[in-house]
Amino acid sequence: MTRTVLTVDDSRTMRDMLRMALAGAGFNVVEAVDGEHGLEVLAAHRPDVIITDINMPKLDGFGFIEAVRVDDDYRAIPILVLTTESDPSKKQRAREAGATGWIVKPFNPEKLVEAIRRVAA
Amino acid sequence: MDELEAIKVTFFQECEELLADLEGGLLTMQDGNEDSDTVNAVFRAVHSIKGGAGAFGLEPLVRFAHVFETLLDALRSNEIPSSPDLTALLLRASDVLADHVNAARGLGVVDMDASAAMAAELKAVTDPSAAPAVVAALVAPVDDEMGIAFTPLVIGADDGMDDDDMDFGFQPMTISLDAQAEDAAVLDNVWTVSIRPKSDLYRKANETGLLLRELARLGPIQATLDDSALPTLEFLDAEAAYITWSVRVETDQGEEAIREVFEFVDGDCELEITRGESPVADVLASLLDIDAPAPIAEEPAFEPIAPEPVAVAPPGVAPASVSAPPPAAPPVAANAPAAAPSAAKPAQIDVPGPGQSVIRVDPERIDHLIDLVGELVINQAMLAQRVGEYGIAPSSNLAMGLDELEQLTRQIQDSVMAIRAQPVKSVFQRMPRLVREVANMTGKQARLVMDGENTEVDKTVIERLADPITHMLRNAIDHGLESPEERKAAGKNPEGVVRLAALHRSGRIVIEVQDDGKGINRERVLSIAVKKGLISPDITLTDEEIDNLIFLPGFSTADKISDVSGRGVGMDVVKRSVQALGGRISITSRPGLGSTFTLSLPLTLAVLDGMVVDVAGETLVIPLACIVESLRPKAEEIRPLGPTGSVLAVRDSFVPLIDVGLTLNYRSKSPSPTEGVVLLVEGEDGSRAALVADAIHGQRQVVIKSLEQNYQQVEGVAAATILGDGRVALILDVDAVINLRRRSPPLPSDPTLIAAE
Repeated sequence: MTRTVLTVDDSRTMRDMLRMALAGAGFNVVEAVDGEHGLEVLAAHRPDVIITDINMPKLDGFGFIEAVRVDDDYRAIPILVLTTESDPSKKQRAREAGATGWIVKPFNPEKLVEAIRRVAA
Repeated sequence: MDELEAIKVTFFQECEELLADLEGGLLTMQDGNEDSDTVNAVFRAVHSIKGGAGAFGLEPLVRFAHVFETLLDALRSNEIPSSPDLTALLLRASDVLADHVNAARGLGVVDMDASAAMAAELKAVTDPSAAPAVVAALVAPVDDEMGIAFTPLVIGADDGMDDDDMDFGFQPMTISLDAQAEDAAVLDNVWTVSIRPKSDLYRKANETGLLLRELARLGPIQATLDDSALPTLEFLDAEAAYITWSVRVETDQGEEAIREVFEFVDGDCELEITRGESPVADVLASLLDIDAPAPIAEEPAFEPIAPEPVAVAPPGVAPASVSAPPPAAPPVAANAPAAAPSAAKPAQIDVPGPGQSVIRVDPERIDHLIDLVGELVINQAMLAQRVGEYGIAPSSNLAMGLDELEQLTRQIQDSVMAIRAQPVKSVFQRMPRLVREVANMTGKQARLVMDGENTEVDKTVIERLADPITHMLRNAIDHGLESPEERKAAGKNPEGVVRLAALHRSGRIVIEVQDDGKGINRERVLSIAVKKGLISPDITLTDEEIDNLIFLPGFSTADKISDVSGRGVGMDVVKRSVQALGGRISITSRPGLGSTFTLSLPLTLAVLDGMVVDVAGETLVIPLACIVESLRPKAEEIRPLGPTGSVLAVRDSFVPLIDVGLTLNYRSKSPSPTEGVVLLVEGEDGSRAALVADAIHGQRQVVIKSLEQNYQQVEGVAAATILGDGRVALILDVDAVINLRRRSPPLPSDPTLIAAE
């Protein structure tokens, strides 16, 4: 069964990078450009895993994660946070919001896929 | 790899947008608008550039962006106050960042000294002393290392992740000190992992089952669970966690590998990792021999399977546990993640970006489509003409169908052109930097105000706007604005204002560059022009004519050709390049108040609405935008002027009569204007003339085919087109025709002299 991964990032470059790595590993990839858009795409595609950036316009990563977690339909979806820094406070905040795990940018495709495997049923 | 290259291209495109956002945001801040949305957008731009650059390993860019980002982060969290000076610094930093981006892309080099100096300046703002974050990172592990070496451990704090990637393999010495290690049959590769999940673990969509699966990847596991804490159903909180797992893992990969499995649930479960068999686990293992993937199947928060309740290794009894951060073992950590200490701040809800979905299309495809639509327009015109030739009644079905076809064709053409239309923003946004640099170089104070950035023009036109605008701006600052002292003396604000505006006017795009400087020194301009022999000394010129002398070839505001606006290129070159595009440029000036350059270009270089006329047996197209009206003159309205010329009385004024056939050398003697048709045209500068043609065929939309590209430039002719009957017709350059006519008798050398009166 092909798993669907939703990537939420305002940077086209980053979305493309994720798509390349994920599609290469056999995932089906759907994309969103910010948290608000992410919630829309979420409803339409029911992804198995979500990867989200933190700094985004409209609705940032923290807000997005919180919104996913309060929705009974989606709260069991694992969410990986993309962060450029391994800054503890940001990671901590993302976890408090309900992030399942994290990926430190720049990532390599293997690490990315491994992180998904770790959280995806 | 080519996919990666493609992403890199995307990255640089995105960088350009981000740099523009950055600059735009900073300029907004400069105007005193420092709301958090703007500051956040500015931060995000640098942040995204850094993120992408990191992915491509563009080190110098990452390093600079990081310093920049750190400062912006401090700014958006109000750790440092904003000030005009800071904004000015940020603007300069954004220029350096742009240089880095260009360098990373292979366009130009970065002045590394300047970059380092800028980085130091940025650092100095946030952090005059040392970087505390780095110190903290160094100190933290040391704390943990001491003293608590073998206490059972609950990984709770957040510093566990600092050593995620430290793979220190076997560390016999960590065991050797352990008193309890002796009684257990210590097998180097057997570990006991006790996991007591908290409900938070499940709230974050982590799964114990997945943790077990991950452990199983390290080696064979035997998992046992303790549900002694599980209440009866009536007291059960479905969201709570009651189960404790004990897992025996056989692996050669060491404790770090095990610990890494729990990286994401750090703090969300109580975890004990001990070397060797746990006696309890042993017993359990015999009771419940679960092999690796089995537990994954059923893994709810509450556990229906209930084997013998077993107390799992109470803290303190655990045989040998190791403290979370590796003790000061020889640091093997070669692959520690590049920890970039940068204060993370809560990001608020941000400025809405241009988030609408966009399709990216290879421009060549659109160009091809435009060509095809052009052919379609020609074809439709031919068809209409043929039908007309057969004398089919305009009310017939065929003719009406053709009319509809014509409308459709036109709509298609408009829509296709709209695809290629772009706001001039992409050109405008390069200008603030230019203004800053020119102002710095010339010691002027200049503020750029931009208007109409969203005015759309065909992409082919946009590409050619940058050079003339650059030139006009340079000129405005260098020659237009006074020095701050002069301005003060003149009672003006020491900071000059340069206004760059784009607007649509009668089917053309008009670009205006206006300064509030001293205006053109007409006496000087006149004397220079006379001295250089560009005009004869006894000629009388109007103020506008004098102003426009600066466009004459060979004219330059001599005494101080700076390296800024001079650059060996005079305004005449600008004028010529603009004319080559079918555009005009002119200047108006008011002494003491400033000058305005006005540049106008056709909206597209692809199609044109024109009037088809006959002149001396040739078919010509006159751009509709120039035509004011057409009329049949009466003999008494025509007055001779001078030896060969004549003027036409139109209402209250006289306009020169110009025979197109004569001007273009189709004939040597013009017929009487009363026998033909007169088209009253207006040049770009507002000057009027009456063009004489033999007959009018009607109005048509024509596809412009460049003469320069296919043949060569011809004076008086702007371009060519293919008519409905398949013949080539020339498109008249109205202004050029007016000028050709004018200069022939009276003026000595230059055609452009009075061009823009």
